[in-house]
This record gives sequence, structure tokens and C-alpha cells, in this order.
Amino acid sequence: MLSIRNLTAKIGKKIILNDFNLEIRKGEVHALLGPNGSGKSTLSYVIAGKEGYEVNGEIIFKGKNILDLSADERAKLGVFLAFQYPIEIPGVLMNNFLRTSLNSVKKAKGEKEIDVVDFLKLSKDVSQKLGVKEEQLSRPLNVGFSGGEKKRSEVLQMALLRPEIAILDETDSGLDIDALKLVANGINTLRDKERSFLVITHYQRLLDYLKPDFVHVIINGTIVKTGCSTLAEEIDRLGYKNFSSV
Amino acid sequence: MPDSVIQEKISKDYAYGFVTDIESIKAPKGLSKEVISFISKQKKEPAWMLEWRLKAFEKLKLMKEPDWQKPKYPKIDYQDIYYFSKPKNFKEEIKSLDDIDPEIRKTYDKLGIPLSEQKKLSGIAVDAVFDSVSIGTTFKKKLEDIGVIFCPISEAIQKHPELVKKYLGSVIPITDHYFATLNSAVFTDGSFVYIPENVRCPMELSTYFRINESKTGQFERTLIIADKGSYVSYLEGCTAPMRDENQLHAANVELIALDDAEIKYSTVQNWYPGDKEGKGGIYNFVTKRGLCKGKNSKISWTQVETGSAITWKYPSCILQGDNSRGEFYSVAITNNYQKADTGTKMIHLGKNTKSKIISKGISAGYADNTYRGLVSIGSKAENSKNFTQCDSLLVGNKCGAHTVPYIDVKNNTAVTEHEATTSKISEDQLFYCYQRGLDKELAVGLIVNGFCREVLQQLPMEFAVEAQKLVSISLEGSVG
Repeated sequence: MLSIRNLTAKIGKKIILNDFNLEIRKGEVHALLGPNGSGKSTLSYVIAGKEGYEVNGEIIFKGKNILDLSADERAKLGVFLAFQYPIEIPGVLMNNFLRTSLNSVKKAKGEKEIDVVDFLKLSKDVSQKLGVKEEQLSRPLNVGFSGGEKKRSEVLQMALLRPEIAILDETDSGLDIDALKLVANGINTLRDKERSFLVITHYQRLLDYLKPDFVHVIINGTIVKTGCSTLAEEIDRLGYKNFSSV
Repeated sequence: MPDSVIQEKISKDYAYGFVTDIESIKAPKGLSKEVISFISKQKKEPAWMLEWRLKAFEKLKLMKEPDWQKPKYPKIDYQDIYYFSKPKNFKEEIKSLDDIDPEIRKTYDKLGIPLSEQKKLSGIAVDAVFDSVSIGTTFKKKLEDIGVIFCPISEAIQKHPELVKKYLGSVIPITDHYFATLNSAVFTDGSFVYIPENVRCPMELSTYFRINESKTGQFERTLIIADKGSYVSYLEGCTAPMRDENQLHAANVELIALDDAEIKYSTVQNWYPGDKEGKGGIYNFVTKRGLCKGKNSKISWTQVETGSAITWKYPSCILQGDNSRGEFYSVAITNNYQKADTGTKMIHLGKNTKSKIISKGISAGYADNTYRGLVSIGSKAENSKNFTQCDSLLVGNKCGAHTVPYIDVKNNTAVTEHEATTSKISEDQLFYCYQRGLDKELAVGLIVNGFCREVLQQLPMEFAVEAQKLVSISLEGSVG
């Protein structure tokens, strides 16, 4: 599904990702843990196609090196990034944004676009399942949203777009326990044989709900250890000091 | 990204840039007493109207063009303009809309303007002005039945002289300033609206202005009178062919609202903006002014300005009646080498008068966009209030945005507020949109439409969707 090979990313002279390798197969959930500044967010940006990085290596998604594609082309192919800090877009109502987004992706896939009436039904339905208040859908996107509302909005967008690979960048940060459950639930509902997830997190708690297939530790832009969920528990207890020498 | 690769220019051509190939009758080129008499004769005007025009012409000779505006332009040769042009086949009195020249009818079909009274269009009455003449007005009869007069101003001068005499020039005096005076001397056509007492006009009234002939100026004159307790919503649209010359559209629009009356005036201005190098395009030098003459009256201007090489207009409200209200909602988009200097004047004279100004300026390419506004509170305007909000959005780093507010308060019970922001479309916003599958054009269109939302919401439903599309199209190619 997603193979990242020998990936390096630089801003100016600063190397952020260094010979990064990761293989995610269909249906798998991978967790990525690492201290602040280890390159987690940069990895998510580079996969999603944000400009401003000097990138080398390969990111093969669905058999295609996507490094040459623009961000919107990658999104249309099925790459989704839940932002750590979702961006405010004043005056653009959430519902309008979601429909524009969904129809862009549908159009690229050669599917029929969804009309307003059907969309409103769909968005209402998905919101209810994810515990997003309906009134939030008629507010400008992320403007004045609380931290929890922003994160739930990201999960809602993921649920509507049904991407094949979803990267969640600290979507659990700053959430109370109920919101955390909703986010975990949102991911678990989407989980199937065709869909994969890369979950970036600092906390064991989300992983308790998700039960990832693999856990990786990233230090200084490269994966230093891969294991199963016990690795995350170990880090939760001991921190990253055992890895710092690498 | 907006800062780095910004200057890829408009990819889509101006969709309304075609020329209708018809023969026309023109006045001799240039400005003179003879030409003014020719216009007046063509319009079969009574003697008083010609006198009025000539009076303006005499004043004009003593006046100078204003030069305080930000956009500068090469000197206009007023003797090199045709002041009157009408299609050769133009019929003065058309019995039915079917009598309209098929070529002209085709033009309006192409522009998407309905010159028929089909059922599905029953909510909008249209007056179509082609160069210097109105070529047809729909739903005239239906409106007459309830006493609403909606006709070309040329016709009103003949048929309703008492109303025209009373109100023409009562809000914009013929000596007001150079372009208003020029218009008073040579104005050709535009619409006349009278809404009788306590009538709520059941349809949107709209006028569609089209410049077709080369080297021809268009001098629109529109007069709207809302009698006591009445309401009307009026909309104008404008387009012109693509030419590499600059053409002048100098309009005078006067609105009068009597006691408890309300006028809502919306403009979607899409004159040819010139090419991407800044060649050609319309000079849109327009004087629009509304008088809230009666108590509790209200005038609301909404404008979406996307076209023209230079836009220079300040739709204003004189709040004379006690408790009267004035509003100005504006979106001005300039791309490539377009220039806009636009805003409003809110003149508070009566007690408890209120005004609200919401201006959204968007600048892209090498364009320059200025908000210029005056809030004036007179000494007798007890407890008057103004709220002003001016937001500018920059796309790229070669364009400019300026805000020039004047506030003049002569009564210490008044409250005025002014808020202003300048922002850019951020790379983060764009990336967020891209990540959700939106391409560049779609992302910019969506963000800018969001920025303008407060203003676009003010437009009548029928036009809001069109305006949203226009906003997106105007900025196509502005992000590289």
C-alpha cells in the first residue's frame, strides 16, 4: 500500500528525515512514536505533499511514486492527513468545504458528484456517529472551534473521504477522555482490509483503543526500533532515553 | 505557492468579450453643443431637457477632471469619443419583445440575460441598455398594473416629466464634479423606477448594460424613486467586448427614498478588465448617490466589482430623514493590472441615523485596490452611529491594498467605529485545501468567497450564485 524508501527531507541545510524507511500494507495500523522534533510532523507533510522541503527517495503509494504529484493529486489518490493544528478558513462554512472536498475526490475517481441534499443527509449521518454537533457544520471551518471540535472535524473529514491511507498527526493531543474515545471509534469504524493508518501520537491511551499492528520509534528523522504494542507500553513507562544514543 | 510562483496570469479569457456585428447610427465624434442637441433630438426630448443638458455643458467647460484618486490614467481625449450610438434597426416603440433585432437578442442570450417573459423568470424584470439606447424592458405591463413604473429614462422624460423634473439632479447636482456634469450633458440611457406609496415591488428589477461599439462612451443615467412606505430591490449588470482601447462608462445613479421607504441596490460589475498586460478595458467612473429623504427610510448598496481597467466609484447615502439608515457592502476584486479606488460616503444629517460599511478588497497580480470612504456626522445628527469594516486580502506580493478612511464628526453624541484588516491567503490555508483534494483554482476561489461571504450574502438569491462564480473566475490564474 505505502512504501517509503530511503526518504530524506531537508529544509535548507537542516536534515529532518534521514534515510527513513517504512512499509505499510493494506489493512494495517501503524503507530509512530518519537520525542518532540524527531521529524514526525515533517514525515506527515512530506507524504501529503507540502511544498518547501527538499525531498529525496521514494514514496510508493498504490504502486506509484507519489513524490512527483501535487498535494491535491495525492489527496485524490487516497492520501489523507489529519492535521495536528487544523487551519482556520474564515467565511467558508464547514458543510460547503466538506462537499467541495468530497466532490473533488469523487470527480477524480470518475464517480458521480453528490448533490447538496444528499450531501447534507450524509454529513448529518456521519456527524451523529462521530459525536460532532450538527451546528458545527454550519460554522466557518475551524474558526472559533475548540481544540476538541477541531480534532473531531478532522476525523469527520476522514470518515467522509474514506481515504486508503490516513495519517493522523497527534489527533489525540489535548483531548479529554470522551473525545479521545470518539476519535478512536472514528478510526476503528473505518478500519477494514483495504484501508491503512499511520497514527502519530505521544500517548499510550489512544493505542489502547486502537491496538496497532506495529509500533515504530522515530529519533532524529529515522526509525530506530519497530515492535508490537508492548514497545509503546515500554516507552510510556521509560520514555525515549534508551534510544537517545542512536 | 502564493509568494514564490505567483505571476501566472489569467488562464481563461473574458467570457463576454465578443462583439455583436450590427450597423449603428452614431452622433458625430466629439463633445459639442451640436452633439448634445443631436442626442436630445434622437431621444425626442422636450425643450426643458435640452436646456438642462446645455446648462450642464456650459458648467463643464469651466470644470477640471478630479485628480486626487490613486489610479492615474492617460489623458482622455473627449473629442475622440462617440457620445451616442444606437443600432440601425432600433425601433423606438416596440410592440412586443419579439420585435427586438434578432442579432441583439442573440447577444443577450449569449450573455445569459433573459429578454423574454417566461414563467421561470417571473421573479426578475429586465431593462436592456445597448450602447446608448434601451432596447427592451420585460414585464412592463405587469408592473404597471400595480403602479410601478419601470422603463428607460428616455421614455420617462417623455411620459413622466413631472417626476423626472422633480428628482433628476436632486441628489447629484449637475455641477457636482466633472464626470457627473459630463454625464448630465450627454447622458443617453438607463432605467427609471418609481414605486408608488406602500407598494412592495414584487419582482427584482434589473438593468443590463452592454457597451458594443468601439470608441464609444456609455453615459448611463438611472433614477429610482421609492415613495412613502414602498420597497424595491434593483440590480444592474455590465459587460463589454474585449478591445485594446480604453472605453469610458460614466454613469450617474440617483436614488430617493421617502418616508419609511427602502431601496436595495445591487451591482455586479463585470466590464472588460483589459488584457493580462493591462491593455484596454473600461474606465468605470461612476457617481452613485442615494438620498434617504424621509424619516425611517433606508438605502442599501451592494456591489461586486470584478471588471474594468479602472473602477472609480463611491456609492453614497445622504441620511437626511430622522432614523434613516444607509448601508454599503462591497467586494472589489482587482487582478493583473486592474485598479480600483472605491468606497462610500455616509453623510449623517438627521437624528438617530445609522450607517454600516462593509468593504472587502481583493488584490492579485500587479493590481492596486484602494478603499476610500467618508463618514460625516453633521451637527444636528444626534445619536447617530456608524460602523465601518474594511478588510483587504492580498494574493501574491506584487499587488497593493490601501485604506483611506475619512471620519468627520460634528456632534458629540455620535458613535463611529472603524475596523480594518489586511491579510494574505496563507500557504497553510492553501495546503490544507489541497490536502482535501481541492486544486489551486478551487482553493483560491473558496477562500476568497469565504472572505467575501458577508457581502455576497446581501445579494438577491438569483444573483448570489452567479456572483460567487464570478469571484472565483476573476482570480483564476492568480496563484501560480
